[in-house]
Amino acid sequence: MTSAQSPFPPGSYPVVIIGSGPGGLQTSYFLTQWGIDHALLSRDEAPGGMFQRYPLFQRLVTWTKPHALDDRRTREYERYDWNSLLGTELENRALVPALMDGSSYFPSRAEMHGGITEFATRAGLQASYGTEWESTRLTEGGFTVTTNKGEYHAGLLIIAVGMTEPWKPSNIEGIEQAPHYIEVGEPAQYAGKRVFIIGKRNSGFEIADALLPWVKSMVIASPRPARFSVFVKSTAAARARYIQPYEDHVLGGGNLVLDAAVPRIERHNGGYLVHTSGTTHPGDLVIEADEVIAATGFATPLNDLPQLGVSTFYQGRLPAQTPFWESASTPGIYFAGSITQGAIGMKKYGIPSNSAAVHGFRYNSKVLAAHIAVTHFGKQPQRRKIAPQDLVEYLLQEASSAPELWNQQSYLALVVTLDRKQGLQDEGFWPLSHFVDAGGEDAIALTVETDDQGDIHPAIYVRSGANVGEHLLESHPLHQFGTKENRIRLASVLQPFIGKQEGSK
Amino acid sequence: MRTDGDITQILSGIGLFTDLARPQLEEIAHTFDEQYFNPGERILRKGFTGTGFYVIVEGEASIEVEGRPIARLGRGDFFGEISILLGEPPSTDVVAISPLTCLVLAGSDVQEFLEGHPKVMFRILQAEAAKLRSTVR
Repeated sequence: MTSAQSPFPPGSYPVVIIGSGPGGLQTSYFLTQWGIDHALLSRDEAPGGMFQRYPLFQRLVTWTKPHALDDRRTREYERYDWNSLLGTELENRALVPALMDGSSYFPSRAEMHGGITEFATRAGLQASYGTEWESTRLTEGGFTVTTNKGEYHAGLLIIAVGMTEPWKPSNIEGIEQAPHYIEVGEPAQYAGKRVFIIGKRNSGFEIADALLPWVKSMVIASPRPARFSVFVKSTAAARARYIQPYEDHVLGGGNLVLDAAVPRIERHNGGYLVHTSGTTHPGDLVIEADEVIAATGFATPLNDLPQLGVSTFYQGRLPAQTPFWESASTPGIYFAGSITQGAIGMKKYGIPSNSAAVHGFRYNSKVLAAHIAVTHFGKQPQRRKIAPQDLVEYLLQEASSAPELWNQQSYLALVVTLDRKQGLQDEGFWPLSHFVDAGGEDAIALTVETDDQGDIHPAIYVRSGANVGEHLLESHPLHQFGTKENRIRLASVLQPFIGKQEGSK
Repeated sequence: MRTDGDITQILSGIGLFTDLARPQLEEIAHTFDEQYFNPGERILRKGFTGTGFYVIVEGEASIEVEGRPIARLGRGDFFGEISILLGEPPSTDVVAISPLTCLVLAGSDVQEFLEGHPKVMFRILQAEAAKLRSTVR
């Protein structure tokens, strides 16, 4: 361990984490809990990652309910607080709501950044700040990371740099002339102007919403019709709080949402001509604009990792990963934070995980730390015995309240194994896709899932020999799944695990 | 600033989308999600709900019954449509046998997509007819 003045000088470490945003900090926290020595490197001068700068218009799209059904000190409260990092100790829990001023249940950027900083301080998480990751090479027993401060040798690398590199598609001629989302200035700069925004996801609608009181007219365009979270049941679609520009369009208010490809942008009379080709409607339009903004998304700044063999997909924007967030092609390189959205999982009904946001990837970090501790450092898995007669009630209680299951639906699963000698053992949370595909001892996995009708219900996966079966339980209007019908159904499904003594009370 | 990867060029080389003009190809690129699968990873699982419609962009997959491969799928092939059209879980597994990249459309979006893209629907019908003929021969 190093001094508080200069933590983690260049040298050899079992694990090196790169990035001090919420993903890097959360992973460092859980690795510390497992007693895994590691170095945390960050090019920033302070913790917080992207929340030091974004979102541009100062308020998040992820909620924290300061007053919820469960006490802030409980694990169950995490389900309602999407922004705090996870702490085992009471004093490290629910730090974001403690900083919120009550004006919104979406924290401001400053409140979020404050919560992360406070977590790092209270948990004693150190990092070598101002340390720029310059290059990487494979060396015997691991990796060597070259930084502006020197070389770090690591058995395992964990990349937690966020999906933070501004990205523009290459098939729009002249796109380089349009500022990216991150280059947008104060809304007042757009007063009285005609603005064309390329992109209908959250960043596009975030800008559109902020510019509504300022612009003369606005066009928001992309090839696909706008999709909103409330209809597609996913936080990956544009969030409800940004729906106002769309209402303006629907009611004929003067701003327009256009389904069109943009093949070309050209400068014209101090402004722009934007060439569009309709997709859901036929015909080409040329639209004059004073400003064009490319809200076209982000990529992962992987540095030279592709040259080391790290394969990517999504037009090179995400690394291909195993269910435990390890590079699919370069073993020993793991990912944490929002990059873990590249481990897509089963994506049932097309609904993705929440791994792109803190309330999803904070649990991935917990599972990742346990996986690394057990598979690379020989730590004993944390298991807990369950009496057969308690299994049904335990699972239904967890389905009703476990934040891991609610925030990572159809993605993380609570796993209980049946060991012939040890009996039933609670294994904690695993990626569901690993459970159903990897094989192994007889076991069950519990998830919470939302289907295409918006029905939220528990699901049980039973692994017996080489077979894995799916069993869906009933939903409940109040999401309280411990009904008589579900007890009977679950007891029947779990008969091989619990015998005949339970289920019909 | 990254500007790379013209997905529409890749899509224009896939038989299912061969009749589409560039704007529609861009719409496809924005409508389908791109998903990566590791070798050995299952994409369709027999009896599991909530599946989608998949088009292989790169790599190979195997259709398996009770762990036995019965057919091999490659670039441009598609699968998952039968269970979506019938409203039933898949009756076979589909497993990646190499690093596999697919375009994916959620099952609930398939009907609207096909109705909005009759030329793609026609290509799918042609492929289904060819499969049916090879089955009954």
